[in-house]
Amino acid sequence: MSDMLALDFMRNALLAALVVGLAAPMVGIFLVQRRLSLVGDGLGHVALAGVAIGVVTDSSPVWTALVAATLAGVVIELIRARGRTSGDVALALMFYGGLAAGVVIINKVQGAQTANLTGYLFGSITTTTRADVVVFAALSAVIVVVTVVLRQRLFAVAGDEEFARASGLPVLALNIVLAVLTAVTVVVAMRVIGLLLISALMIIPNAAAQQLSASFRSATWWAVGIGVVSSVGGVATSYYADTASGGTIVLLAIALFAVAVLGGVLRKAVATARHRRAERHPHEHGLECGHEAVEHGDHVDYLHDGHRHAAHEGHYDEHAPPEYDAAGTRPGRGRGDRAGRHTLEDREEVTR
Amino acid sequence: MSAAAPPPVVDLRHASFGHQGRPVVSDVDLTIAPGQVVAVLGPNGSGKTTLVTGLLGLSDHLGGTVEVLGTPLARLKDRTRIGYVPQRHTLSGGVRATVQEIVATGLLATRPWWRPTGPPDREAVRRALETVGLGDRARFDVDTLSGGQQRRVLIARALVAQPEVLVMDEPTAGVDEASQVVLAGVLRRLATSGTTMLVVTHELGALRGTVDRVVTVDAGHLGFDGTPQEYAAHQAERARAAGREGA
Ligand SMILES: Nc1ncnc2c1ncn2[C@@H]1O[C@H](COP(=O)(O)OP(=O)(O)OP(=O)(O)O)[C@@H](O)[C@H]1O
Ligand SMILES: [Mg+2]
Ligand SMILES: [Zn+2]
Ligand SMILES: [Zn+2]
Ligand SMILES: [Zn+2]
Ligand SMILES: [Zn+2]
Repeated sequence: MSDMLALDFMRNALLAALVVGLAAPMVGIFLVQRRLSLVGDGLGHVALAGVAIGVVTDSSPVWTALVAATLAGVVIELIRARGRTSGDVALALMFYGGLAAGVVIINKVQGAQTANLTGYLFGSITTTTRADVVVFAALSAVIVVVTVVLRQRLFAVAGDEEFARASGLPVLALNIVLAVLTAVTVVVAMRVIGLLLISALMIIPNAAAQQLSASFRSATWWAVGIGVVSSVGGVATSYYADTASGGTIVLLAIALFAVAVLGGVLRKAVATARHRRAERHPHEHGLECGHEAVEHGDHVDYLHDGHRHAAHEGHYDEHAPPEYDAAGTRPGRGRGDRAGRHTLEDREEVTR
Repeated sequence: MSAAAPPPVVDLRHASFGHQGRPVVSDVDLTIAPGQVVAVLGPNGSGKTTLVTGLLGLSDHLGGTVEVLGTPLARLKDRTRIGYVPQRHTLSGGVRATVQEIVATGLLATRPWWRPTGPPDREAVRRALETVGLGDRARFDVDTLSGGQQRRVLIARALVAQPEVLVMDEPTAGVDEASQVVLAGVLRRLATSGTTMLVVTHELGALRGTVDRVVTVDAGHLGFDGTPQEYAAHQAERARAAGREGA
């Protein structure tokens, strides 16, 4: 560990990986929510044209890529807003156009420059300089601050655009903000994992997080955790195993995804096994339903024909231990020793 | 007639609405007084959704005048004064979200973008969920709820900002009878509390006793307009006429 940290370029690489692992999943969750998982890839292609222009004109590829990707993202949103029919085709045109332009432009340049381009396609984190890291950290900070502040609004627009518009939210502006955030993420991540694998770090941690959480809030935390572990872990692994950093990060993320799927399945199996669902329950318990409500930890149980019923997901759970039913305890008779022995351990609420 | 009568909640004069510049409903005259509960009936494709989404600025306003809450629609700043329950819904898109996370989105437009959720917001979400009978399911993943419960989540989202008028597009569609009873109870409670409602529906029976006016849309025009009793008589009359023709 310390031998790795003693190296200047590895310290830079790990820092860059950290900021990318943090920012990419935070933006990516909204792309997953809009079912536009591949937009990141598309903008990656366009960013390639930007890099090529930067290389040819001898200006900084990071900034030309940023301009190209941002413009493309905004134009796609504007086309989408004008009518949904042509949006998909426009998207495809832009992506293939970006890739083709990148190839054509770079082919005009000879030799060494082309090798340079490979660094952007597949990532070359070890050539990241201190100055690069400072730029990436600043851009990531912007991404993190904007997504945290606008989180709920981006969630509302990505979840139900029509309702968001009806309630008076600036839908187009928020979509453009998301497009710009995506473009900036692509550019920040291109040195670390490469333009070809860029959207992996935006999407896979989120796909994994979806297996482990039942709320948007917890999914965000899981995704950020998985993103940071894969990117920092991937760079460290690539140092010891002498592998390409970008590919290693993505493979590690996929491994974590597999673990998450397994975890999700196990958790669900355990939940189903321990979980007793009230049979047929067309009745809805509530304040006026006439059944006695009994406090039980953080929720209420309704005493219903000798059973305790508690709301869980779309149904009701049995919260009464079976032996009580067998013993024939009278139902609905207050909270005496029944309630005393009905402990929190009986709670079998599980999130999927 | 008192001079201080409150302005109508909805006032349409020769209004037409459509999509991409093409009118779907036209020449609509409709005035809805505060507290009224209006059912909008009509066959599929007749333009019911186009009409009610026109009041929210979601379909194009192509002619006539549209005033909502006493203000021309284009100049109505605070859109949260109109609650909206859409017909086709995606609850949370491609990710998981809890019931309370969905309902809280109904409050976003009521506060500036930089202000985070505060205790009054959480209290409003709790109350809206209580109203639709989902108080004890606030923390569950919406995807695990039944269709009828999901409809009520959408109603809670529309209610959370305490709108003056509620526009609902087929809230009872695709919902079994038991859930329809619960939904009808929710609407009845809202009606008793004086909320003005415009409800598109194919199941007038489920809303019996709550609705006090029926309007039909047919091929882009308003047809019948009257009380539910008059509507029943009108239907019987039409059935008799059809029977004579058939004989
Ligand atoms: N977004 C849209 N763009 C273009 N045309 C549309 C759009 N939405 C609806 N239409 C057209 O407008 C007409 C009326 O549709 P609308 O959805 O208003 O009917 P509806 O009465 O609500 O039907 P349903 O009972 O099936 O909900 C249809 O011919 C439909 O094709
Ligand atoms: Mg409709
Ligand atoms: Zn009950
Ligand atoms: Zn319990
Ligand atoms: Zn019960
Ligand atoms: Zn259960």
